[in-house]
Amino acid sequence: MSKKANLFLNGAGALLLSAALSAPAAAAPEVEVLHYWTSGGEAKAVTALKQDYEAAGGKWIDAPVAGGGGDAQAAVLRSRVLAGDPPAAVQIKGPNIQEWAAAGALANLNELAAKESWDSLLPPLLQEIVKYEGNYVAVPVNIHRVDWIWANPEVLAKVGAGVPTTWDEFNETADKLMAAGITPLAHGGQAWQDATIFETVVLGIGGIEFYNKALVQLDEDALTSDTMKAVFDQMRKMRGYVDPGFPGRDWNLATAMVMRGEAAMQIMGDWAKGEFVAAGKEPGKDFICAPTPSDKGYILNSDSFALFSVTGDDKSEGQQLFASLILGESFQETFNLFKGSIPARLGVPQDNFDSCAIRSMDDLDAAIENDSLVGSMAHEIAQAGSVRGAFLDVVTEHFNSDMSSEEAVEQLAEAIELAK
Amino acid sequence: MSATHAPSSTARRSPLAWLQWNLPKLVVAPSFALTLFFVYGFVIWTGYMSLSKSRMLPNYEWAGLEQYSKLWRMTPWHVAIENLLIFGGLFIVIAIVLGCLMAILLDQKIRAEGVLRTIYLYPMAISFIVTGTAWKWILNPSLGLQKLIQDLGWTSFEFNWLVDRDMAVYTLVIAAVWQGTGFVMALFLAALRGVDQEIIKAAYLDGASTWKIYTGIILPSIRPVFLSATVILAHMAVKSFDLVVALTGGGPGYHSTLPANFMYEMTFRRNQIGIGAASAMMMLATVMAIMIPYLYSELREKKRD
Repeated sequence: MSKKANLFLNGAGALLLSAALSAPAAAAPEVEVLHYWTSGGEAKAVTALKQDYEAAGGKWIDAPVAGGGGDAQAAVLRSRVLAGDPPAAVQIKGPNIQEWAAAGALANLNELAAKESWDSLLPPLLQEIVKYEGNYVAVPVNIHRVDWIWANPEVLAKVGAGVPTTWDEFNETADKLMAAGITPLAHGGQAWQDATIFETVVLGIGGIEFYNKALVQLDEDALTSDTMKAVFDQMRKMRGYVDPGFPGRDWNLATAMVMRGEAAMQIMGDWAKGEFVAAGKEPGKDFICAPTPSDKGYILNSDSFALFSVTGDDKSEGQQLFASLILGESFQETFNLFKGSIPARLGVPQDNFDSCAIRSMDDLDAAIENDSLVGSMAHEIAQAGSVRGAFLDVVTEHFNSDMSSEEAVEQLAEAIELAK
Repeated sequence: MSATHAPSSTARRSPLAWLQWNLPKLVVAPSFALTLFFVYGFVIWTGYMSLSKSRMLPNYEWAGLEQYSKLWRMTPWHVAIENLLIFGGLFIVIAIVLGCLMAILLDQKIRAEGVLRTIYLYPMAISFIVTGTAWKWILNPSLGLQKLIQDLGWTSFEFNWLVDRDMAVYTLVIAAVWQGTGFVMALFLAALRGVDQEIIKAAYLDGASTWKIYTGIILPSIRPVFLSATVILAHMAVKSFDLVVALTGGGPGYHSTLPANFMYEMTFRRNQIGIGAASAMMMLATVMAIMIPYLYSELREKKRD
């Protein structure tokens, strides 16, 4: 390239640069947020974030899509991306982030992440979720623990039992409760609830390594192993511990059964705590939260925002501000107090949280150290839509029929193969 | 240039006549173009998707019949097809038999026929979502019919089809029949009114019984209505989606899903656009298998006229 041409290019570059620099001075940072937090504590939390964002000088464009736990939102998102006009921040979780990143639709947040040293703030498993090929493409909002037993201590005391710490003890306690005419397990017969129990059983009976092999790596030998058969045997027992009215029941109605003493225990993620608290119950006194039996395992579920590639400096600046606020200590605390989960960033002061949340934080730290932290399959952290759906189909079918464990593992392997 | 000159003679004759001749075509053209693009265009596009490797986003890479072979190996799809056969078959037969019977009874020159006709036809004005929700409450064992009758004193009464995995699909039939029968009745009533009264009078004079008149004369003469009713109900059955969503949610498990629900689940929830498109094409094939023979026979009859 001749010197003259080079000079010319430099000049043009400088012109462009000055044009680019002068533009954002006029427009404030702006972010369009597509989410499905439209009810209760979640809606309050989003409003809090919006106020923070506007206080920091940004313009917030709210794009809530209600309904269907995100199904409706997914359709909106797909059409917006295909039309070349994606929203800046979208509430997506788990492997769906990876799929969107693989489609080349997500922005790169490495610069901001390095500045705020996210690597030391986030649990390693969570980093895997929000990174694609080593680059940050999303920000986590919270951590839900899935493997909880919510128990009514008064009801358990009627048969002289505490919250079980092994699955054998669980069965023993449940048999005693049955004999006393009490429903041992409050449960709603919806596919995702069946799968929630299923994954805690996999973690408890199979152990951490088996969980990773079967539910994360989808190893066929693990899926058809005797351990998996033992898991389905336990699921068959659990089926006997629920009351006849369980089909189609919503999870919060099952929680209410524990509250009213109609049932002893429920296995559900920590969003169940919100129901107890809303009814004025106190953790440790009116209800007990304890992890389901496992070897110090911790099944993690996390909500996050994926950040899509946008054009325009005002938009990308707004996106950075958004990401920075989400992971900020104050939002992490406010939001998670509203939602009942725990902060996604480590080291947030525990003072304002209740005993269940503190237990969850401590166990999380221990699980990170032990390498016993796993992602939830039922809640779309370990697996995306199609594979998760295959698990749900088979687990539900087994739970609601008299299918043998041998047949169940065979069907499971086949269904996973088709969904991969 | 000749093209511009040739019609000029017609144009001179009368632009109004030209307009009159072409107006219908001009008016229909936009909707024709829209239909061509949005219906047939997207049918072809879906067909292509079913032969591609699409998962979360449309992907134009060729996959041959892979999606179809996967589809037919999936247990939920087989359940959905089986449900369609049960649901469609029973819905069509029961709705036609009941509708025909009601039409005959209403046709006996009874008092307040207009009121009764409106009452029976009304369910058709309601959307399937409302029908589904109402029947969900009625059939729910712990707050609907079962509880009502048990509270009345018959404590051993059981009617829990809604939560029974083998019976849930029949609750769809109940709700759909409730909704569709009035419409079928209206079709038959119109046809019955069109039967030539002279023939019936003649049959009476010859001493034929009422039963004989109906089975021998009236019903055979309204045969085309049976065909139309079947075709209308059949495609309603294949398209059914909202009823399942509102009434059973596809449950227990996936035992009351219909193909349309399966298609939605795969395409929009499980990031399997390819398999979803393949199932949509299978549904299209089913509808065509019903519609093409019908259209063929209709058109042939017209030609004969």
